[in-house]
Amino acid sequence: MRLAVLAACAVAGAMANAASPGTNDGDWPMPGRDYAATRFSPLTDINASNVATLRPAFTFSTGVLRGHEAAPIVVNGTMYIVTPYPNIVYALDLSKPGAPVKWKYEPHPSASAQGVACCDVVNRGATWDSGRIFFNTLDDQTIALDASSGKQLWRTKLGEISNGETMTMAPLVVKGKVLVGNSGGEYGVRGWLTALDASTGKQVWRAYSTGPDSEVLIGSKFQPHYQSDKGKDLGVSTWPGTAWKIGGGTVWGFVTYDPQADLLYYGTANPGPWNPEQRPGDNKWTAGIFAREPDTGEAHWFYQWSPHDMHDYDGINENILIDLGDGASARKVLVHPDRNGYIYVVDRASGQVISATPYAAITTSTGVDLETGKLKYAPDKIPKDGTVVRDICPASPGAKDWQPAAYSPRTKLVYIPHQNLCQDAVTSQANYISGTPYVGAEVRMKPGPGGHRGEFAAFDPVNARIAWKIDEDLPVWSGALVTAGDVVFYGTMDGWFKAVDARDGKPLWQFKTGSGVIGQPVSYRGPDGKQYIAILSGVGGWAGALVSGDLDTRDGTAALGFVNVLPDLKDKTTKGGMLYVFALP
Amino acid sequence: MSLRFRERDGVRLAALVMAGASAAALAGLPSAMDSGVLRVCADPDNAPFSTRDGSGFENRIASLMADALGAELRYYWWPQRRGFVRNTLDAGVCDVVMGVPAHSEAVLTTPPYYRAGYMFAYRADRVSALTSYDDPRLRTLRIGVPLVGNDMAATPPGNALAHRGIADNVIGYVPLGTVPVGQRMIEALGEGTIDIALVWAPQAGYFAHREPFEVKLVPAIDTRAREAQAFDMAVGVRRGDTALRETLTRTLERIRPQIEAVLREYDVPVGDAQRVWASARTP
Repeated sequence: MRLAVLAACAVAGAMANAASPGTNDGDWPMPGRDYAATRFSPLTDINASNVATLRPAFTFSTGVLRGHEAAPIVVNGTMYIVTPYPNIVYALDLSKPGAPVKWKYEPHPSASAQGVACCDVVNRGATWDSGRIFFNTLDDQTIALDASSGKQLWRTKLGEISNGETMTMAPLVVKGKVLVGNSGGEYGVRGWLTALDASTGKQVWRAYSTGPDSEVLIGSKFQPHYQSDKGKDLGVSTWPGTAWKIGGGTVWGFVTYDPQADLLYYGTANPGPWNPEQRPGDNKWTAGIFAREPDTGEAHWFYQWSPHDMHDYDGINENILIDLGDGASARKVLVHPDRNGYIYVVDRASGQVISATPYAAITTSTGVDLETGKLKYAPDKIPKDGTVVRDICPASPGAKDWQPAAYSPRTKLVYIPHQNLCQDAVTSQANYISGTPYVGAEVRMKPGPGGHRGEFAAFDPVNARIAWKIDEDLPVWSGALVTAGDVVFYGTMDGWFKAVDARDGKPLWQFKTGSGVIGQPVSYRGPDGKQYIAILSGVGGWAGALVSGDLDTRDGTAALGFVNVLPDLKDKTTKGGMLYVFALP
Repeated sequence: MSLRFRERDGVRLAALVMAGASAAALAGLPSAMDSGVLRVCADPDNAPFSTRDGSGFENRIASLMADALGAELRYYWWPQRRGFVRNTLDAGVCDVVMGVPAHSEAVLTTPPYYRAGYMFAYRADRVSALTSYDDPRLRTLRIGVPLVGNDMAATPPGNALAHRGIADNVIGYVPLGTVPVGQRMIEALGEGTIDIALVWAPQAGYFAHREPFEVKLVPAIDTRAREAQAFDMAVGVRRGDTALRETLTRTLERIRPQIEAVLREYDVPVGDAQRVWASARTP
């Protein structure tokens, strides 16, 4: 018990954030657990010396076969799960043996949304706030439910699937506002983050990722750190003609919030739907990060990870808010492992990059200039149609895709699940859409250096170095969880759910689930007082679509090139969504 | 898993019964044309190619094929978006898709039944005699090009313009939306929001002939490009279904005159344009 108290103090002292009001340290109210998205559980019952005895407590089949990327949400003795399309929400009663279904809600999204989503029909989770559950549907609706009854409170339609727009991200609720964003940049969808009134579902503001300052919500408070982000209407002038109107920069990752600074942080996706040659310029404000006020949406700063992105390096990966150092001298930063292969430590007040450290094989750039903030591209890896460009590292899904990292204030390490993939970009065979043929720059991914396809790395943000890493055969497409018991959890695409020592990565325990694991592990204290670990198993997502979507392994370019590098995945796992919950004996 | 045809196709069908059965067994899917039904997957809302009421030119060609085979034509409608082949042919709900690029990796294809490229489309009363990507007027006129909907991919006109540094005056038309992209581009010529549209030939011909103004259509060939400028279009069947491909190949050969009549009826450019595309680079 003494350890638990100490751990709780360490958390309170080290972090500016708090979990949302009305929850306790045994709850997991949002996918990142807290506004800082640390995915750190203060619970200590399960620790490095006893985790080897962890065993299943109960399971639950979602009845859905596509990729399960959501985090189970737990508040006040109830667990909430949102499935991939058709986005069913289940509430499980944790106070009863076997956690029976308390209620079930079916939003019945439009079936045609499935043909629009690029990378499987995933959903990244629900969010609890003030007795309500908020989630998005693939067909562009945000829905609020009464958490105790499952009764629908409101539903708001935010986009059109007929234009290629979908929603897959998990909302964040801050100060009575539900923050949601869109997906679909490759279809010319213009990215946005929207705030809805949590009580009514009415739109409060919408901030676009491209276009004039008035629509990007850039005003007098906008003070970016770097010169290249200063100037009027850069969301128009850094594009040719009117290309900004269909310029991408969608918002499909996790949003974080610093209550002291009163700022939201989120990334924008790659520019689209043009190929790079067709859109000369930096293409603001895509592939970067915004800091905004939650009340008005007004931007405070922006930084562009990948100006004029040429490799599909979306900038949407999470921005974990941590304090570097102790006490008054602590520096408030955010840590962002980007698709472009660098893990950035950024001053979250100013937007200044403190360090940008490679955490994967990189051939597309030679570093980040900390004076100008510019990514230094390698000219020989720029894609050109009619030619084959080999050994592009990282591959299009990046060094890390959506799968969220975790941070422990005890070990002061960031735990990053990621992939080790490179690709060759080749001029493809003739392809077509809506009857219209074209020749695409298609990609064939392959394992990165070492031949393994995934890694799980621990990053030390103070010294800007990788502390330790674990090589994994398959891309690590699941999220990470770290606990005050100094145990880290993650899953693999062939179905192993693993616990390793948070200090050195030593393997401690593993359990084979029914399908590949691409979900977000969480930890909670049950109504019985015990600590539990929960994970959704169910392969899919961009990486696993060849199993969940029954893709043909003879077509190496299927799943946007992923099939070529994972021809063995169908032999290693089968599809099927299932919740697994573990406890000590 | 047997194929039952009417007498019309005679002895050749006996061989097809066996070959078809083995191909279907390989694919683990129902065999093609069970009970004399030709099962076609098509987009229900993609004029002029296919429409739910059967009035698209690919619908008409599919009807001709079914008639020649003495088979009943049955549609499974599915929007032609990402995963189309996976959700249609590969899911076993149909055996045939019309209008796919020959040598497509995703399907097995018959020999082509037409060849086409992209076309410059412009109002004859506003622009005169534009025939080349190297025409200096392309640096100032407003040009519409179709976009693809895959990251990093482009249509040949998009690349041809980008290679020449023509970007500021180019307006992209996204592939999704409630109105077909070819129609939106031709209508934009009428509204004056663009001066030139670069449109896939079957769409260009069809929509241009349905406007009150005269639209000039000229094949757009980038002679300096290293990529395809013309595409052979064929009928697609499931990979491995060689028996059905052979049947359809012979059928297409037999009904070639009727197919060409349909293409002409829908203003798919033939004649001079075909001669230009005959020598253009293909995939």
